[in-house]
Amino acid sequence: MREVAPAITLAGSCEMGGKPLFGPLTLTIPARGWTCLLGPSGVGKSTILRLIAGLEIGGIFDGTVTASDGTDLTDRIAYMAQNDLLFPWLDITGNATLGARMRGEQADYDRAAHLIEQVGLTPYAAQKPATLSGGQRQRAALVRTMMENRPIILLDEPFSALDARTRAEMQELAADLLTGRTVLLVTHDPAEAARLGTTLHLLDESGLATLPTPQTPTIREIDAPETLACQARLFRALRTSPEAA
Amino acid sequence: MIHRWIGPFAATIVALALWQCIVWFAQTPAFILPGPMRVAEALFRDYEIIIENTAITFIEILLGLVIGAALGVTTAIHLSLSPTARTFILPVLVFSQAIPVFALAPVLTLWFGYGLLPKVIMAVLIVYFPVASAFYDGLAGTPRGLVDLARVMGASRTRIMARVQIPAALPSLATGLRLAAVYAPIGAVIGEWVGASRGLGYLMLYANGRSKIDLMFAALFVLAIMTVLLRALIDLICTRFLSRWTGETAKPTEL
Repeated sequence: MREVAPAITLAGSCEMGGKPLFGPLTLTIPARGWTCLLGPSGVGKSTILRLIAGLEIGGIFDGTVTASDGTDLTDRIAYMAQNDLLFPWLDITGNATLGARMRGEQADYDRAAHLIEQVGLTPYAAQKPATLSGGQRQRAALVRTMMENRPIILLDEPFSALDARTRAEMQELAADLLTGRTVLLVTHDPAEAARLGTTLHLLDESGLATLPTPQTPTIREIDAPETLACQARLFRALRTSPEAA
Repeated sequence: MIHRWIGPFAATIVALALWQCIVWFAQTPAFILPGPMRVAEALFRDYEIIIENTAITFIEILLGLVIGAALGVTTAIHLSLSPTARTFILPVLVFSQAIPVFALAPVLTLWFGYGLLPKVIMAVLIVYFPVASAFYDGLAGTPRGLVDLARVMGASRTRIMARVQIPAALPSLATGLRLAAVYAPIGAVIGEWVGASRGLGYLMLYANGRSKIDLMFAALFVLAIMTVLLRALIDLICTRFLSRWTGETAKPTEL
């Protein structure tokens, strides 16, 4: 990473199909940490992520997305979704070096091989994604995200489709690999947020709230008392949000 | 591999036997319905004429297929890239399909004469739409996530088309091409019926006019075989290509 990861601020409101989706709200994502955005489905968590990524949202956003260093966000973001989004016609190495191919640049195959080794996919490097398990595919997607070497990482529920063990492993791997970057993780899972979050936000119909974070450093043990207490707090906050009432 | 051929082979034998039985029991005169043996005889007797005319029709079909598919692919990419094109060209395209291509055959002959050109145009017209429409659907149906990912990576619009949408739409293109392989001979033969001095369609009309029904059936048989082989060839190419593309073994479709 050539540059220092900036903080991001999203301020404004969003309208979807003539109905207000969220806001006005101000979401601040501190630099170089994991910000977890929790909340029930349909409140606009993914829309916020898409807005920061500069993608179409199919609605109207009235507001601004700014970086703390005042420069443009484009070309400084890597994005990973719940679906691994691996290209079925490319092998794992091809998928890992996708970004360079998409920009017409020369791909760094040595770095790709090194990262593929780091996530334990070397035996599968020349295979197509269809032959891999869900966890392996998501690890390949993580390699692709790492290859982008961007200071800002947007994660849209990337681990939610995995089984419990694979999910825990992926969380640890991601926390390790993404140190020092500004990460926004959209998630449904209080346990995940309690493990990974350095900042916790809850978005629901009543708006955006910031929740207390455990004092311990990330990534936290799943069964550490602070993690469990935080998880319980998050769970309760989710339950008491207006939708559940 | 062999058992794949047993079904079609057995069906052909049964059909031929049925045909022969009808001829025997109904005692149809040879100028109404000749038996398969007589058709086979005509096939061997007149093979020179048949081969000569088959070559003509084959060239028309091939040209029609290649040009029609190329135009269809170009149109689909253009439609997919340009909202303006979608607004203006798409309705025209759909409306143009309300005109039966058969109805255009006399006009095309009037304009372009009795040579190869009007037949090729007929084949092009009949091939164009299924290819354009299948490929366009494929391009439009590219998983949104893949396009989003490419966009965040900083890919340009044309690169998204070349690297994401076109590869993702190749299976749809294959579907369109398989249809086209069956449609192209229809276009060429109709063109020949309306006005020609060569080709299998012409030969069928000629034989019919001279009550050489066995020759007509022989020509029809050759046309059918040619269509089936063309379809199988396209299918083989598409399947080979797609399996290399996706790493999955795509199944060849039924004939």
